[in-house]
Amino acid sequence: MTQKALVIDLNKCVGCHACAVNCKAWNTGGEYGPLPDVNPYGKDPDGVWFNRVQTYEVGQYPDTEIRYLPKSCMHCKDAPCVEVCPTGASFKREEDGIVLVNYDACIGCKYCSWACPYGCREYDPLAGVMKKCTLCADRINNESLPVNERQPACVLACPTGARSFGDIDDPQSEVSNQIKDKHGYKLLPESQANPSNHYLPKRTNHIRVDLEDFKAKRKAKIDPDKRPKPTGLKNAEDFASP
Amino acid sequence: MKDEIKYTTCYMCACRCGLKVTLNDDQIRYIQGNPDHPTNQGVICAKGSAGLMKQFSPARITKPLLRRKGAERGEADFEEISWEEAMKIFTERLKNIRQTDPKKLAFFTGRDQMQAFTSFWAKQFGTPNFAAHGGLCSVNMATGMIYSVGGSSWEFGGPDFDRTKYLLLMGVAEDHDSNPMKIGLSKLREQGGKVVVINPVRSGYGAIADEWIPIKPGTDGLFILGIIHVLIKNQLFDEDFLLSHTNASYLIHTNEGNEFEGMPYIMQGIEQDETQHSVWDKKSQSIMEPHQPEIEPALFGSYSGEDGSDLKTGMQLLSERVLNDYSPEKVSEGCGVSAETIERIALEIGVTARDETIHLPIPWTDTWGNEHETTTGNPVSIHAMRGLAAHTNGFQTIRALSILMMLLGIIDRPGGIRFKPPFPKPIPPCPKPIHSADQIKPNTPLPAPELGFPSMPEHLMVDDDQNPLRIDKGFSWDFPFSAHGLLQNVITNAHNKDPYAIDTLFIFMANMSWNSTMNTSGVMEMLKAKEQDGQYKIPFLVVSDAFFSEQVAFADLVLPDTTYLERYDVISLLDRPISEYDCPADAIRQPILEPKGDCRPFQQTLLDLANNLGLEGFCDENKEPIYKDYLDFIQRWEPAPGANIGFLAGWRGEEGKNHLTGAPNSNQIESYLKNKSFFHIELEDTIKYNRNINQGYLNWAQSKKLIRQNEPIVMNLYSESMQRFRLAAKGLRKGRQPKTEHQRNRIVTYFDPLPFWYEPFEQTQIDKKKYPLFAITQRPMPMYHSWDSQNAWLRQILGQNYLYINPLKATELGLEDLDWVWVESSLSKIRVQIKFSQAVQPDTVWTWNGLGRLPGTWGLAEDADEVKKSFLLNHLIKEEISDGYGKKTSNSDPISGQAGWFDLMVGIKKADTEGNWPQFKAVKPLKHLKQPPAVLQYEFIRGKK
Repeated sequence: MTQKALVIDLNKCVGCHACAVNCKAWNTGGEYGPLPDVNPYGKDPDGVWFNRVQTYEVGQYPDTEIRYLPKSCMHCKDAPCVEVCPTGASFKREEDGIVLVNYDACIGCKYCSWACPYGCREYDPLAGVMKKCTLCADRINNESLPVNERQPACVLACPTGARSFGDIDDPQSEVSNQIKDKHGYKLLPESQANPSNHYLPKRTNHIRVDLEDFKAKRKAKIDPDKRPKPTGLKNAEDFASP
Repeated sequence: MKDEIKYTTCYMCACRCGLKVTLNDDQIRYIQGNPDHPTNQGVICAKGSAGLMKQFSPARITKPLLRRKGAERGEADFEEISWEEAMKIFTERLKNIRQTDPKKLAFFTGRDQMQAFTSFWAKQFGTPNFAAHGGLCSVNMATGMIYSVGGSSWEFGGPDFDRTKYLLLMGVAEDHDSNPMKIGLSKLREQGGKVVVINPVRSGYGAIADEWIPIKPGTDGLFILGIIHVLIKNQLFDEDFLLSHTNASYLIHTNEGNEFEGMPYIMQGIEQDETQHSVWDKKSQSIMEPHQPEIEPALFGSYSGEDGSDLKTGMQLLSERVLNDYSPEKVSEGCGVSAETIERIALEIGVTARDETIHLPIPWTDTWGNEHETTTGNPVSIHAMRGLAAHTNGFQTIRALSILMMLLGIIDRPGGIRFKPPFPKPIPPCPKPIHSADQIKPNTPLPAPELGFPSMPEHLMVDDDQNPLRIDKGFSWDFPFSAHGLLQNVITNAHNKDPYAIDTLFIFMANMSWNSTMNTSGVMEMLKAKEQDGQYKIPFLVVSDAFFSEQVAFADLVLPDTTYLERYDVISLLDRPISEYDCPADAIRQPILEPKGDCRPFQQTLLDLANNLGLEGFCDENKEPIYKDYLDFIQRWEPAPGANIGFLAGWRGEEGKNHLTGAPNSNQIESYLKNKSFFHIELEDTIKYNRNINQGYLNWAQSKKLIRQNEPIVMNLYSESMQRFRLAAKGLRKGRQPKTEHQRNRIVTYFDPLPFWYEPFEQTQIDKKKYPLFAITQRPMPMYHSWDSQNAWLRQILGQNYLYINPLKATELGLEDLDWVWVESSLSKIRVQIKFSQAVQPDTVWTWNGLGRLPGTWGLAEDADEVKKSFLLNHLIKEEISDGYGKKTSNSDPISGQAGWFDLMVGIKKADTEGNWPQFKAVKPLKHLKQPPAVLQYEFIRGKK
């Protein structure tokens, strides 16, 4: 089987929203667009977005962490949205596992958005249909694009390179390796939807030098030639013994 | 219809990334990053992605506008006029100013990126009153480092992300800078490098840091000096670097009360008639000329000169100061960081710099002829920005930062901070501003620039009575190193006629009546203020902008500009280049779309005005225009005839075969277009590093006219330039001296040749029991620098701001989440809603900047979140403070003139009523602007619906 998906590295995401906006820019004029904006210059503007970035504060001051979570359709293997769709408009594409909506068959009943554990369904009030991330189905096999650009717009745009696209069912693929090597995980694994998109956790980088060793040896290593002349110092003695 | 691809350069922020634009039916289908571009390497941010929506702003001005006769300024009651009429009105006004007193024109631009052109225009007009937005932005960051190490970070340099192993991010707001920083941080995360963020607020880049150190605003200088203390005490400094690249070992006079006080000990050089700095040679036990191969200079110590004078090395003086006054224990309370943390961070960077040294197999030769087999570097880097800069103690803080970089030996070496050509430049750079009143003459260009880099009092722009010549008091005794001017004080000073009255204020793309000013409400009143005879105190206000901003609402004459997608532009090595570490680079913009309505590129308007006025440099001796249009101008203009350099560095020479230097090429743009609208040239490996003293680089840079001299650029651990001002203020130096006690004390105190920390000015003048909290702002990442459009997509990401407060502090104040509060400063008060955040230092409150909008502007509905629910903190920030001698002075850094808008302190108490205050009366809608659409979608964008 082939299951195309996104792998998103939270060790790199700075919450810049480039993925979300570039997604909108590509898709509003694409095969699965438009992504309308209602009341665009008024109160509570409300647009269709295939990708949204959420912000969370984690922990108590001063050990606070900030987490950005870019979220779009997870292209679940057992997609609840497909199961509940009364018209068959929502379907999982055979060849690459992408979950798509046939707008002509969609009646806008919103069952799918109730069923989606991730809140990744978007209702287009003008067309009266549900829309969602297509993994840029109109880019990834589009032969009019240069080969290196046949990727979802969010992946191409992401300034920190935090997003990767590939086949998670191919154990040799780069995304599979990332999931394996960097402890990739799924959101809400208990949902039984078996989401395909994965997230890589924030990791902590440490210094490689040994400060304890330095502190233990520093007194012995002080070079009398490499220190200021003590006469100008108020606490010269203190300075002599760091 | 088949898609068409065009390449241009972004203008949604100051990064200026390369863009690949897909057009369909001559309309924009998609904007993405240009994969070949050195700045963004194919990626693009939220702002750049949303560039297309700028075209659909309902606030696009497409007709010249004149304030209706009888209408009051600020009401936006305009009549539409023709370009012919607009140019006639403005030309006549300018002609009259130029032939009487050219300085009565004040020309200030916002975040524009073509200052080489705008400053040339002002110089040829003959007014010293020109500057861009740097005074309000980050001139401390620029000058603090330029006066210390010869270049700055951000546009002029940055971390070597490929090799650094430890990065300190200090005072970096959400997105400064954008894509290059993001690309680099990603590399660093992947390679396992540690990132520590030092900031009162954790957000943005701070999210992926390994450690957050919350610090009190305005105290970074304490933190840095504490770090320096630990480094010196533990001998964790790069002695070789200090001896070769800096003046740390130079001998300084320490006897007080004479003309030599604090000045370097000067000796006869090896060449006849040449004088030299001096060092103590440990080998011969005598004073010698520095940088000689056979000597062993002492880094520390006290010595006697041949004349018996007392001398110390700069490093000795620095050490005495930081070891005595800035121990971690002493600075800890002030900056809110524990002494243990300060010591640990210092040891971490110090030991990493010392023990993880990088050796690249790249030979190079220094300016003294020493050949080095390898290029070495210490893999620690520091990136800092406005959090350090926007304080009245910012210059000295950034001096301390520069010295920290020197001690670690991380400047323009592998793994450290790298410069971007044309930097480094001489310390300070060569251009000096005009320096006397008689250089400003009717109908005459200025003989020197309006802006520059003074290194002695004789370079100040003051008259014989020591009074400022610039309306913003730039380069006066109050702000001697104000290399970017003081945009923030133009309106206040013009209103107060201090130092003099002006006739016309000409503003391009700056919002000085709203979010690009301090004391917003006050400044709005000043723009409306009248004399007794009914004339406005600032008689004529001309604004050029593409959008109906708050500033436009106050204009007397509005000149509609194009957007960046509708015109040619240059991103030039002569002003704010897009160079990378290893390659000088520049770029152009090309028109992707037709200009809307009657708007015209501002550059073309400036050129037309120059031609109408017959300005020298634009017109020949018969007052005939030299250049056909702006496109012709950017290809053929040279700073002086035969200079062989111009706005664009690529494909010069008549054949278009030369780079960087060469005769003008009338087909230059064609070559840029063929190369996807940019030019870059990679340096040879041997001249990529240590460029301050790399002879190969200096020779090359001089031959390519990037710098004027190929002399070594020795970094200033000790600032001789600053000491010269101090001596003048003490009356110990011949030549220009300050006149008032206030000026003398100010210079003596703040022009310390070694860095020190002092409390920001305003904070010493207020009752801190009443105003106990620091209050700061930052722009959200998807809007950073994205001036001028209230973009329909970006505003959906964030349209409302709150005042963020740590619940620890809120509980202390009896406040609950989402309470409405009065926020009061010593200037004014506002009513806003608070929101709890664990990611803010408890003595600090903060909010997003620039979200709040004046009703009626920007094409926003009057009930839009930005109008009803968002607010500006600017109302609380003083643009003037007491000078301590009974007068007012700009709330700005006493050295650089940087606006101290992060010095703000406030008090907070629960409000009885809800809703934002103040609310402003809506301005009139512009007649030619259509009602904002109820729905936007691609068919609308394509013009099909």
